[in-house]
Amino acid sequence: MRYLPHTPEDIAAMLQVVGVESMAELFSMVPDECRRQDTPDLPEPLTEWELDAHMAALSEKRPGKSRGGPIAFLGAGRYDHFIPESINYLLGRSEFTTAYTPYQPEMSQGTLQAIYEYQTLASRLLGLEVANASLYDGASALAEALLMAMRITRKKKVALSRAIHPHYRQVVQTYLGPAGVEIVELPCLENGRTDISGLQGVEDLAVMAVQSPNFFGCIEDLTAVGNMCRENDALFITAFIEPLAYGLLKNPGLQGAHIACGEGQSLGIPRWFGGPGLGMFACKRQYMRNMPGRLVGQTLDKQGRRGFVLTLATREQHIRREKATSNICTNSSLCALSAAMYMASLGGTGIRELARLNYDKAGYLKQTLQQAGFRIPFDSPVFNEFVVEFPPDFEATYNKLLKKNMVAGLPLSPWYPELKHHYLLCVTETRSRAQMDAFVKEVTS
Amino acid sequence: MNKPLAPTGLNLDEPLLWEMGKPGRTGFSMPRRDVEPHPLDDDLAGEGPDFPDLNEMGVVRHYTRLSQWNFGVDTGMYPLGSCTMKYNPKINEKCSQLEGFAGLHPMLPAGMTQGALHLMVELERFLKEITGMDAVSLQPAAGAQGELAGMLLIHACLKGRNETRNKIIIPDTAHGTNPASAALCGYRPVRIKSGGKGILTPDAVLEVMDEDTAGIMITNPNTLGLFEAHIKAISDIVHGKGGQVYCDGANMNAIMGMVHMGNSGVDVLHLNLHKTFSAPHGGGGPGSGPVCVARHLEPFLPVPRILAKDGIYHLSEDFPQSLGRLHSFFGNFGVLIKAYAYILSMGAAGLTKSSQLAVLNANYIKEKLKSVFHLPYDRPCMHECVFSDKFQRERKITTLDMAKRLMDFGFHPPTIYFPLVVDGAMMIEPTETESLEEIDRFVAACRIVATEAMESPDLLREAPKRCKVERLDETLACRQPCLVG
Repeated sequence: MRYLPHTPEDIAAMLQVVGVESMAELFSMVPDECRRQDTPDLPEPLTEWELDAHMAALSEKRPGKSRGGPIAFLGAGRYDHFIPESINYLLGRSEFTTAYTPYQPEMSQGTLQAIYEYQTLASRLLGLEVANASLYDGASALAEALLMAMRITRKKKVALSRAIHPHYRQVVQTYLGPAGVEIVELPCLENGRTDISGLQGVEDLAVMAVQSPNFFGCIEDLTAVGNMCRENDALFITAFIEPLAYGLLKNPGLQGAHIACGEGQSLGIPRWFGGPGLGMFACKRQYMRNMPGRLVGQTLDKQGRRGFVLTLATREQHIRREKATSNICTNSSLCALSAAMYMASLGGTGIRELARLNYDKAGYLKQTLQQAGFRIPFDSPVFNEFVVEFPPDFEATYNKLLKKNMVAGLPLSPWYPELKHHYLLCVTETRSRAQMDAFVKEVTS
Repeated sequence: MNKPLAPTGLNLDEPLLWEMGKPGRTGFSMPRRDVEPHPLDDDLAGEGPDFPDLNEMGVVRHYTRLSQWNFGVDTGMYPLGSCTMKYNPKINEKCSQLEGFAGLHPMLPAGMTQGALHLMVELERFLKEITGMDAVSLQPAAGAQGELAGMLLIHACLKGRNETRNKIIIPDTAHGTNPASAALCGYRPVRIKSGGKGILTPDAVLEVMDEDTAGIMITNPNTLGLFEAHIKAISDIVHGKGGQVYCDGANMNAIMGMVHMGNSGVDVLHLNLHKTFSAPHGGGGPGSGPVCVARHLEPFLPVPRILAKDGIYHLSEDFPQSLGRLHSFFGNFGVLIKAYAYILSMGAAGLTKSSQLAVLNANYIKEKLKSVFHLPYDRPCMHECVFSDKFQRERKITTLDMAKRLMDFGFHPPTIYFPLVVDGAMMIEPTETESLEEIDRFVAACRIVATEAMESPDLLREAPKRCKVERLDETLACRQPCLVG
């Protein structure tokens, strides 16, 4: 086996040093009752060439061999954006890929400076003073943000918009349920935004979370939500699933968010069937010591030169044990690195231009569908995703389009039973006007 | 031949991103604009983030230079105990980048994702076979989330029996994340000490296990690198009081093909695909921490689960007793691909041999170094061995000094000051992918460091001298936190 370097002579010499007769004897401390009597039933090992062919075949067990597979108008938490080849190439630098968490800073300055830069770019994008080194994904980032808000306020009730990604709300339930936290669900208005009116006078509220753009693509009135939070003496979390939006839109910090968290996949990370992702997390500086996750900070070495280290570890589980701010002990480092490279490649000018292009393209499809006679149920402004109501018999068209390798968005009724025949459509820079025109033609024919 | 490879490379200095660039440059090929601008309300628009503008080569050089300040498994031996820094096969990286996987949207109709679902179902089966457990969820994104899944499973199971329990037993040799994971389920940790031989005794568990205790979190092999030989008896005690046994499987690399976790009395076990199954660590993630369970816990696994009907896979959330959802989608699929490719490359015999060689390498190092470093538990070890700085402390040299000095010889240091049960611990895990020559070089470097500790201790206190930076002031970083520039 090419991954195992030992020759029979090596093994014999080493066994002698150890003072045992055989490999089996190395396991003498494993009692019989724990030992395997059989061999695991696994396939015969493949050569590199067999594996390569097998994996290629498996990856193609889906229609549409073109880039990104089918022509999908599908977002809902994973977005199809162009990723510069330079990023794929740089991520192949195995000094980044094959390193561990940078516990030994003198040997890990590459990862550390890159993550410090990521934290800085993330904090600038989200308009908040500090950002962490990332969490697993958007859903767990939201759950961690809610836990953090409860620690800060010492209150045990949280309010969550119903227009937050349904999967995220499920994950929140998983994280908060066992501790008996009361979760108040905020309904949606006719315009697709969150209805916060029911919160007036709610007692003992730790935090309120909305997503913007929300799951329906609608841009929330964050300032109004922020004001309501202040009235209730609650913290304000802005969640997101499409951070590219903040290349164009006012960021969460400007609009009063105490914490902004969500998914960073859009920033140069492939969709990968939903994972790995990038849990982005930023907050106001006053809450820094309550933040979950790894943090990289700047310091000096013995010669007075700039360097970077993991810092504020006293929040973490290896020191605080059960009183830690979180059980998370890694970040999503390589994904954070991708996001930093992507943001650096775009630059301030590029991210604005790309975000505007997404906005304009989605606006084009939305308008064209509207002109073709389809109802756009929510009249709030959107970024690159929006909801359309198709006729009751649309399912047949949807299936017909699948056969033509076209995905007409995401049917919303499995998560929102009241939104029958409503579909969530997404348009990024990867969809051309010709594809959109062809799509409209198909759904109107 | 065994001369250490001292580093002598060229490192270029490199500013921070925003200390470079000029407005007007770009590193991105902007897609063609084929639509007119859509009206935008002024109230919505922000100013856009303050990012530096760099061109493509500017970005490439920046990150290439940063990468050269890093040390990975591909650079050299990385014997970081409990982290299993084995070789990360390159073909697996290629597999995970295949467009049909990397470009796959998770919300596509199941008919369009059969290849990915097939891979996941197969991987679940492989992990069941390797561990001897009955069912698997691939959803947890990392080891600590796998641990949390384990606690949530136990919590959900107790809830199904209408029981509430408030405590969980955690040995002093447990991973640091264990108590924090248990706390999320409201369990108060009850600490027990390992016995004189570095492993738990059934008596210690018997003393604290009661009907208010949800179970035990046990790491096997434990963080001293020793096999918890009494695990079956301990499991029987815990089960006898209605508790469950959670096993932290971070150290599974020692026992593949040798130990049957199901028969050892384990009810729930998490694995680290980025340790045992060769996926790279990425400088701290993304990982993957599947959770494996005995039959009685299967109804409580996270949703969605993958089911097959007439040879077609689909995702189902129809498991009313499930602990719920843990991940935005179905787990870190990009990492699962690498573990799957690894298992297919190794086969059962290859995995068994890996574990045997991992144990052989660790025992070899233990024998070679126990004359120069204090070995608190001189017993046959599994995949790692734990020394302390007791001999060197008389010259006021600490584990930290020795770790830093090892860098000057071109090795990543071992895990230090963990496990907590050993004062000044140095935890060495070579893994099976290091050759005898490389291990001999490491041993030689350790011996030189041990000699220097006695004869010229200042060399150690001043170390490292050959890295990008010298020792960094961690206190300053903590007192005046500067997290963004």
